[in-house]
Amino acid sequence: VNASAYTSLLIWLPVAGAILIWFLPLSRYATGSVALLFSFAEVGLWIKQAAHFDFSQSGLQMSQQANWFGDLGVSYHVGVYGFSLWLVGLTVVGMAACTAYGFWVGRDRPRAYFGLMLLLTGATVGVFEAQDLLLFYAFFEAMLIPLYILIGVWGGARRMEATVKFVIYTMAGSLLMLAAIIAYGLQAGTFDLVSGPTSGSRWLFLGFMLAFVIKAPLFPFHGWLPDAYREAPPEVAAVLSGVIAKAGLYGMLRIAITKFPEPTSFYRTAVLALAAAALVYGSLLAFRAPDFRGVVAYSSLAQSGLIALGLFAGTDLGFDGAVLQMVAHGLISISLFLIAGAVERRTTTGEFRLLGGMARGRPALATLLMVVGVISLAVPGSASFAGEFLILAGVYQRAWWWAVIGAAAIVLAAMYMLRLISAVLHEARGSTVSDEALDLRPGELALVVPLVAGLLFLSAWPAGISNHSFFGPSPTAAVRSQFK
Amino acid sequence: VTLHTPPIDWFGLSPVLTLIGTSFAALLCAVLVPRAVRRFAGVGIAVAGFIAGIVLAVWLYVDTPDGHTIAAGAYYRDRWTSLGQIILLAVGLATTLLAVEHMPGWSRDADPSRRDDHVAEFLALLLASAAGMAFFVGAANLITLFLSLEWFSITLYVMCAIDYDLEGSLEAGLKYLIVGSFGAATLLFGSALVYGATGSVSFGGIADAIGAQGLTGDTFVVVGIALIIAGLSFKMSAAPFHMWTPDVYEGAPTTVTAWMSSATKVAAMLLTFRLMTTAFPDNQHLWGWAFAIIATISLAIGNFAALVQQNVKRILAYSAIAQAGFMLIGLSTGSALGARALMYYLIPYSAAAFGSFAIIAARERELGVPVTLENLAGFGWERPFLGVAMWFFVFGFAGLPLTGGFVGKFYVFAAAYDHGWVWLVIVGVLATLVSLYYYLAIVRAMYMRPSEELQVLPGGGVAVSGGAPARERLLHVAVGAALIVAVGSLFAVQPLIDLAEHAAGSLPL
Repeated sequence: VNASAYTSLLIWLPVAGAILIWFLPLSRYATGSVALLFSFAEVGLWIKQAAHFDFSQSGLQMSQQANWFGDLGVSYHVGVYGFSLWLVGLTVVGMAACTAYGFWVGRDRPRAYFGLMLLLTGATVGVFEAQDLLLFYAFFEAMLIPLYILIGVWGGARRMEATVKFVIYTMAGSLLMLAAIIAYGLQAGTFDLVSGPTSGSRWLFLGFMLAFVIKAPLFPFHGWLPDAYREAPPEVAAVLSGVIAKAGLYGMLRIAITKFPEPTSFYRTAVLALAAAALVYGSLLAFRAPDFRGVVAYSSLAQSGLIALGLFAGTDLGFDGAVLQMVAHGLISISLFLIAGAVERRTTTGEFRLLGGMARGRPALATLLMVVGVISLAVPGSASFAGEFLILAGVYQRAWWWAVIGAAAIVLAAMYMLRLISAVLHEARGSTVSDEALDLRPGELALVVPLVAGLLFLSAWPAGISNHSFFGPSPTAAVRSQFK
Repeated sequence: VTLHTPPIDWFGLSPVLTLIGTSFAALLCAVLVPRAVRRFAGVGIAVAGFIAGIVLAVWLYVDTPDGHTIAAGAYYRDRWTSLGQIILLAVGLATTLLAVEHMPGWSRDADPSRRDDHVAEFLALLLASAAGMAFFVGAANLITLFLSLEWFSITLYVMCAIDYDLEGSLEAGLKYLIVGSFGAATLLFGSALVYGATGSVSFGGIADAIGAQGLTGDTFVVVGIALIIAGLSFKMSAAPFHMWTPDVYEGAPTTVTAWMSSATKVAAMLLTFRLMTTAFPDNQHLWGWAFAIIATISLAIGNFAALVQQNVKRILAYSAIAQAGFMLIGLSTGSALGARALMYYLIPYSAAAFGSFAIIAARERELGVPVTLENLAGFGWERPFLGVAMWFFVFGFAGLPLTGGFVGKFYVFAAAYDHGWVWLVIVGVLATLVSLYYYLAIVRAMYMRPSEELQVLPGGGVAVSGGAPARERLLHVAVGAALIVAVGSLFAVQPLIDLAEHAAGSLPL
């Protein structure tokens, strides 16, 4: 098979899987198995893609282009760069784990559920691979549809408010992005991201950024986040914070920063301030949150802020660190949400005042939560330590006080993470924790352990990502050349 | 006295003539064919008529690269006409399939054996209204425009009221008759003023007279254009000429609503675009702004009014008003890009409008009461195919990338931007955002409440959920075809745009 076929296959294979599942009247077990098969096939495809990727070569790789509608210069153009390769990997691995979790807990109406999960996989991969603005937008919007139904049907008691808020917030941003896309594309005469020129328009930059800061999210555009993360089923919350949020950050890197260099430097301080605010505010809220998912949700807000800090530092170290941290935090938050789901299944609640003392007699749960928690609070030697260190060093080169704010927030991260660990695992036994509540079952371990293994691997070799995301020694040069 | 008859290009008129002919045949069938096979025969005639019409329209499209008027300048034989007719007749064919299982008027006869009494009359009316619309999109002067408008309007009045034992149906027919007649009178008055000022009724002649005599600012011409715009806006159900739409769409038998909501809009939009760009090119600054403002009002009223509705047919009616607003964005530019945008937009729109009402018809049959958000609960799980089709249609209306509605919105916004109207793009974007709320409400109602919550116990207290729904094979075929067109148009944009571009090539842009 031609190597560039992997790019399209990664997008359309899960979509085909979804359609297959909707049409075949299979049993619950068979449906889950087929879905899982497709998810694993995705991971396999991605490994093949990564194996074919040539890190010593500049520009877009494994690209495919076909006419969509030529009179406005819109095409189906897909391909990968180093950084998008890692994000695609995060997507397929994360989605496979979350699909498997759905199978494990036995979601109702399996055909609808698994079909939507596969559709979500395809759409998200599409976001990271699209090299045409309208195609990017189509996938960006397409992610919303399965998410809306997944949360609305399988979510918690207050899912209606959560979905409405989530959809209206994100669509508000992305529709203005559509206006910006039209303006950019018609001015440039093409909607192609690779060949399209840079633009100096600040309005267009703001149009794009609004969509991305809502998706990521950054302070003060995170109004949808706590409800969506609490009401979604745990595996969907995991996808939201681990993968979907990265689409917003990816958009900042691939479109806002790359295509709008002048507005980027004009608004740099403003965006850095928002990012720093998200970092500090998110960390403080995470420290105050009364429940497991609340902590993880707000810590995702903080981490989005940190990554945006790295991206908008506009320095080599900042870019490298941001990509590494996107992947590391993706794996961390997926693991944490899946563990949160496991805890909630055993105790019916995630509230700290009803939890506690779960470590006793549950060594696997305790060990896994400890390991993920410790990596998440960026203990030296961990993947997120490497990522955060790079980001802080990068933003320090911009101005020292950003690094001071960032470092302070990392201390807060240690506080909220340790609070989470002790509230769930230690302290007096909570009223909802019964002796019958089992340790993690082999099935659950099989979901989370590979993610944690990935994190440990990245901890051992963070350069695997940070050195292989951008062509050449200087990411800023790569950005300036628009990745051509 | 010798009467000089003009030479007639019968082939150019053949799609319309075929429909008229089959309409007569259907009427005869109502009288001559025994009741037992009347439905079969009537439907056979209608299907044959629509398919023959489509084939002829396709043939004419291929055969007419250079558009011209025929029948003494009364009718355009060109690709704009033919493509419009193909869309219209395809909807007509789908409506026929829907009507087999959802024949308007069946509720009139409690005795099931008498239900087929008036089948053929309905199909004759459907064919006649399709013929009127097919002629309307090709009208080349103000006389044929008015005649064909009345032609399809009168048949639609009857079709709305055909279920005359139903409370809403008669009311819908009467309301549509009164408001529609008012609209037609307005149009006629405007036509008279324009004729008075220019001395010509043909579109081309009006443009020549306005250009040659410098009549762009002439009071009669300006007022005439305003009245013509108002009259046509009634037909396309654009605000503030929309007052009849929710009541008529709600009251009319749902099969008729499905036909009206998609076909009337296609015909009115295409004719209006041609009339404005052909007859009044020099007044573009006037009608461009007028339509931009009407678009804005339609988007505002349609979307905000839809938010508070509970009846699904009314929601879709207000959504149709808002959709008219989006189409008018493309129309108001009067550019080649606007023409392509409008033509493309109508393809997924007509499929989705027809399909969504067809699905409502199925639910209505099941419940025996009007469909509301409340009693739509659980529908998506009970009838998975119709449920999935419905969320494709409404998400397509909302412009999410599931159907060609996404590309259609993109195109009309691009046309507005290209025209220099960024404000109109922003208006459209904000309107889309508002519309999401009620489109999502439909999906929410179908999927996100368990059907056990359903309180409605129709006819004798039989619980709805759990009971096996009717099979309705042809309805599924019609909805499936609409779904294929709606989704397919997202992928096959280039071929459709090529068609639209060739069609727009017939217009003097």
